[in-house]
Amino acid sequence: MATPLPPPRGRDLILEVRDLTMRFGGLLAVNQVSFTADRGRITALIGPNGAGKTTVFNCITGFYRPTSGTILLRRDDGEVTELQRQPGHRIARAGVARTFQNTRLFPGMTALENLLVAQHVPLMGATGFGIGAVLGLSRYPRAERLAIEKARAWLEATRLLDRADDPAGALPYGAQRRLEIARAMCTEPSLLCLDEPAAGLNPRESEELSELLLAIRDGRAAERGRGCSILLIEHDMGVVMRISDRVVVLDHGRKIADGSPEEVRADPRVIAAYLGEGDDGEENGGA
Amino acid sequence: MNPATALKDAAVTGLVALALFTPLVGLRTDVSPTGGLYLRQRWSDVAILVGLAFAGRLALLAWRGRRSLPTASTAPGWWEAPLRRLGAVFAPLLLAFAVLMPLSAFSWNLGGGFVLPALTGRYELDLGILVLTYVMLGWGLNIVVGLAGLLDLGYVAFYAVGAYSYALLSTTFGWSFWACLPLAGILAAFWGILLGFPVLRLRGDYLAIVTLAFGEIIRIVLVNWVSFTGGPNGISGIPRPTFFGLPFSMSGEPGTFAGFFGIEPDPSHRIVFLYYLILGLALLTNWVTVRLRRQPLGRAWEALREDEIACRALGINITTTKLTAFAIGAMFGGFAGAFFATRQAFISPESFTFIESAIVLAIVVLGGMGSQIGVAVAALVMIGGFELFRDLQEWRMLVFGAAMVAIMVLRPRGLVASRTPTVTLSGRKRAISGELVGQGHG
Repeated sequence: MATPLPPPRGRDLILEVRDLTMRFGGLLAVNQVSFTADRGRITALIGPNGAGKTTVFNCITGFYRPTSGTILLRRDDGEVTELQRQPGHRIARAGVARTFQNTRLFPGMTALENLLVAQHVPLMGATGFGIGAVLGLSRYPRAERLAIEKARAWLEATRLLDRADDPAGALPYGAQRRLEIARAMCTEPSLLCLDEPAAGLNPRESEELSELLLAIRDGRAAERGRGCSILLIEHDMGVVMRISDRVVVLDHGRKIADGSPEEVRADPRVIAAYLGEGDDGEENGGA
Repeated sequence: MNPATALKDAAVTGLVALALFTPLVGLRTDVSPTGGLYLRQRWSDVAILVGLAFAGRLALLAWRGRRSLPTASTAPGWWEAPLRRLGAVFAPLLLAFAVLMPLSAFSWNLGGGFVLPALTGRYELDLGILVLTYVMLGWGLNIVVGLAGLLDLGYVAFYAVGAYSYALLSTTFGWSFWACLPLAGILAAFWGILLGFPVLRLRGDYLAIVTLAFGEIIRIVLVNWVSFTGGPNGISGIPRPTFFGLPFSMSGEPGTFAGFFGIEPDPSHRIVFLYYLILGLALLTNWVTVRLRRQPLGRAWEALREDEIACRALGINITTTKLTAFAIGAMFGGFAGAFFATRQAFISPESFTFIESAIVLAIVVLGGMGSQIGVAVAALVMIGGFELFRDLQEWRMLVFGAAMVAIMVLRPRGLVASRTPTVTLSGRKRAISGELVGQGHG
């Protein structure tokens, strides 16, 4: 059980979503949704199937371009980026890392290689656009050594060190999920976005995942000095209620509740959305 | 399968064969003794072929009923483990053979009255040059297809750009081979980027079609732009290579290769030089590829082949990563093209047809996408095999096609299907099974 952090004075926001709307042809998937996420906290995005959680997620991480609305990322160094204006690969460089509902690892590459690909941007800078590295001229060997050290630290944090040289596709399911989180963390994000990280995990693995996420939030994982804000979509209410500092509930593309886990749990609209009105929410279905 | 179903199946096969062979074999236009054309009907031949197809199908079904057919496999073949273990020996052996082969074209006086006769001749050297050209093209295309997973059916376009660059620059401005070689590579890379831009959004079949079209566009421009390229007549009188300024001439004057080194002029000097030139260029391609594969750029190519969406989520710029793959692959194609032009001294659009692209792609696919040694062996087998069956005349295409089908049925991922990791923590590089490795979606 995590001790809830004291409420921040004046709230330090990492992410601010304002009036986000996403329309696919005639389908209004997300309708005027606004919410915020606090720095150094875990914010959960929940809701029944088809509520628009993954759409919101894809807008934030640059996989969809929203029809309207703004998404502001306030990085740890104070810089503000309007995410909806950035091309896909710039969003990761701005400090948003994500995982996928169905893991998207590089199955034919080893776990270590997966983590090195995640550090492509800084490593590429060290190679002098590849030319210096081919000729063996640059500071690349040092940069690669540091990258491997970082990868090793994250492999250790996710208990995958002994599988480092195994192809990612051959790892068991739970290990693949952890590796994907490690890979996202290797991009040094300010905001980590997780799309159903506990899906398909057994209770013990979910428990370990919760511990890992709390450690990442507090900067305890992998000897990383600073903490990391986390935004997650999750259907496993046990995980959500245990680790979230704030919960945002969506239903039919609209936000219906927003607050601490206790507040949300007691909210009659949330209960209605999950339990009744002929719209069953499944505990472990896709979003 | 019971006999009734088997008979029905064989009958269907016979029908298909009948439909195919009626126009292909049954009807034939021949020149009559009076000089006119007449239609010859060969129904007995059709009947024999249909009967063969029917019986063959029945036999196949009966055989399959008793024992299971060999199934397609991407697991490491029995030869891969020894090959890998021998890898430390095999690749250098192959290289040593490639380096030493031309020396056997001369007779060596070893002293003590023992003279080693010339074992190989002009033919073997020419064949070696041809094989090495395809090895180089295969390694160049391997960057695009094998590493980045972008299916390119128009690779010959870059070969043509390189060849015409050298031919035009050297005949127009009189520049030397060594000045033109990098320019040919740069121009080919430029065209690679030019092709890359419009096809960035395309994947799989669509990408293949556009690259195929690009290859044809280049060839058709070469045919029709007569004032610039000479059209179908091609460009002749392309300067032969010189040994860093010393021409290979039979006169033996001091300014020539033979005269400078004080040796007997011999026509094979130039061939041997060409052989080492293409060997050097091919090894350069290999060296750059092997190095790049261990660099972030090469890893990004492979990651792109595995999962493009995940790459984007990790901040990798897909556009530039794909373009570098196209450009670097094209550059080596351009180098090979420049070499081709200087070797032939004559080029025409006929040398750059689609079949060349197809052969190079077949070498990459047969060798195992992404495997350097596999591509080299495949080039040796394919081009060498092509020569070996020269006596069979038109049947060699049939033999060749059958061999391709057999390999694709038994080894759909090529000779070396597995992938070697680029970096390890433990220090032991274990091969990754081809089943896990992505093939790219274009």
